[in-house]
Amino acid sequence: MMTRKELDLWVGVFAVIGIGAMLFLSLKVANLASFSAADTYQIQAKFENIGSLKVRAPVKSAGVVVGRVSEIHFDNESFEAVVTLNIDGRFKFPKDSSAKIMTAGLLGEQYIGLSPGGDSANLKSGDTLKLTQSAVVLENLIGQFLYNKAAEGDTKKK
Amino acid sequence: MTARIAELLRALGARIVNNWVWRLGFAFRFLWVTLKESGASFRRFHLTIREIYFTGVLSLIIILVSGLFVGMVLALQGYDTLVRFGSSEVLGVLVSLSLVRELGPVVAGLLFASRAGSAITAEIGLMKATEQLAAMEMMAVDPIARVVAPRFWAGVISMPLLAALFSAMGVFGGYLVGVQLIGVDEGSFWSQMQAAVDFREDVLNGVIKSLVFGVAVAWIAVYEGYDAPPTAEGVSGATTRTVVTSSLAILALDVVLTALMFRGT
Amino acid sequence: MQDTVATSNLVEVDQVWFGYDERRILKDINLVVPKGKVVAIMGLSGCGKTTLLRLIGGALFPSEGEIRVAGRVVNKLGDAELFELRRKMGMLFQFGALFTDMSSFDNVAFQMREHTDLPESMIRDLALMKLQAVGLRGAADLMPAELSGGMARRVALARSIALDPMLMLYDEPFTGLDPISLGVIGQLIRRLNDSLGATSIVVTHDVAEALELVDYVYYMSAGKVEFQGTPDEVRAGKLPSLRQFVYGESDGPVPFHYPAPEYRQDLLAQ
Repeated sequence: MMTRKELDLWVGVFAVIGIGAMLFLSLKVANLASFSAADTYQIQAKFENIGSLKVRAPVKSAGVVVGRVSEIHFDNESFEAVVTLNIDGRFKFPKDSSAKIMTAGLLGEQYIGLSPGGDSANLKSGDTLKLTQSAVVLENLIGQFLYNKAAEGDTKKK
Repeated sequence: MTARIAELLRALGARIVNNWVWRLGFAFRFLWVTLKESGASFRRFHLTIREIYFTGVLSLIIILVSGLFVGMVLALQGYDTLVRFGSSEVLGVLVSLSLVRELGPVVAGLLFASRAGSAITAEIGLMKATEQLAAMEMMAVDPIARVVAPRFWAGVISMPLLAALFSAMGVFGGYLVGVQLIGVDEGSFWSQMQAAVDFREDVLNGVIKSLVFGVAVAWIAVYEGYDAPPTAEGVSGATTRTVVTSSLAILALDVVLTALMFRGT
Repeated sequence: MQDTVATSNLVEVDQVWFGYDERRILKDINLVVPKGKVVAIMGLSGCGKTTLLRLIGGALFPSEGEIRVAGRVVNKLGDAELFELRRKMGMLFQFGALFTDMSSFDNVAFQMREHTDLPESMIRDLALMKLQAVGLRGAADLMPAELSGGMARRVALARSIALDPMLMLYDEPFTGLDPISLGVIGQLIRRLNDSLGATSIVVTHDVAEALELVDYVYYMSAGKVEFQGTPDEVRAGKLPSLRQFVYGESDGPVPFHYPAPEYRQDLLAQ
């Protein structure tokens, strides 16, 4: 029969390694530490088509993650998608920067690519990006390809 | 002929109501009483600590070793498939996501049910059979507060810790096999993993799952023990019922939780 | 009981019925236990005596009738009041029912630790005193699994008197004991009853020990009290079922043969 001190010791060890495992999973396996929500600012971008962009998708500039997509909703007036981006406060972008929806790899996840413009003034929290390029939708591409092929065939006949 | 069918249906209905419905209702009331009497488990926390030792600490070996092996197998099997598509560098993603989202909570839960759950049922059942619970009642000590509730909370507290340990050991096992043994690039193993595993979506959901499983296993274990007929066959039957019912409950809850959590949005 | 005027009763069982239509375990039981006396409730297995003990202890509630302990109606008590009452009762279970995960000492100290705020040093002294009273102070550190049957029951006895109860209930205390332990337990029951100034109810079917030990006997059969009296009256009793019980006759109101079809028919039945 163990004394209370021994029991407490073992349970304490158990709790410590258990919490340690959780920390390991959160920090080393997942990406908890890499983003502090405290100092971010929000900007918006409107797209005709966001493809399969999801909330929490990365925002990258020059290939480096500078922020995350925090919200996506539909503007019923302009019939466009409104995407809210959380940008890390350390990074400032010019007012005329552009956002483009890109795909990681050929069939990978979609993310937002932020290209800097040349304006001397920077984006502030709440601003909206003026220049955006929508996602490339595969079905439209194929449709276009077929259409082009058909048109080519017509001109050849003539 | 129809009389016989009617008789069969009546017997079936009686069995369902008596064995399942009635017991289920009693089980819910039992859970309610256990929760109500849980004050002592926390005010006199050493009672619960003692039970955490017997359910959690003594399950460590089997959890850690199983986690390690499962992670290793995941890496072996995963590499075999991924290398055919030239994607072996996402091995870390495969191993970690499988563990954190599913295998950690579920397998740790099943192991916990069979090791700790059955022990709890046997212990409580035996205490009932040898009149220790009745003796406690006669000494004006509520056996549910003193014996049942601490074991219940010990199970609920131990499960998430054990599931996390299982997943962590699994990732380590995957690392050992994938990087050290097979030769997948160490850098991409960890960086791809970090990019793909999300704290809220994956780790936290895994923890929530293990908590739900912990409640289910602990509840079933204490209930079966308390309800066991006070004979040798009664206790042994209750112990097997704990393992079987807990395992089914874990798998069924897993379907529900996974559907709710990972809907691919 | 004859002189209910002189001594007041600690326990009164008043027209108690227990059980439902098909299975009436107790039928119209009326008995009293005066303060300071040791009373035996005897009968064959299944006559309802253990059930009666449980009813007195408040573990079961009667279907009809009342059970009064120290003037309070047991089945009408609220939780807190039942709690209070039980602290003044001690019960010895058939095989001791010691808590197997703690030592003998811890078993005896259990109630003191749960219900009192006494400092540990005082609890230690009290627990050792109780163990000394049953002759097992030296076995204080042994675990229940290490005790013999008789020793386990004595430790359980020490445990049940831990808070100096006013009512002691004994469920088959003599079952399965060797002759020496039998004598020891019998003596302890009497000695403790008298030194604590308590009242004791002993449920048993060990006729010899019980008649030596107790002040009064209630004999039960099939859920009813068939006979009551002093030990001498019991020995002299003329009631057939009582005589068969007391003198261990193999055939009588309780037949030797379990009901069966006619012997010759059974053998020829091939």
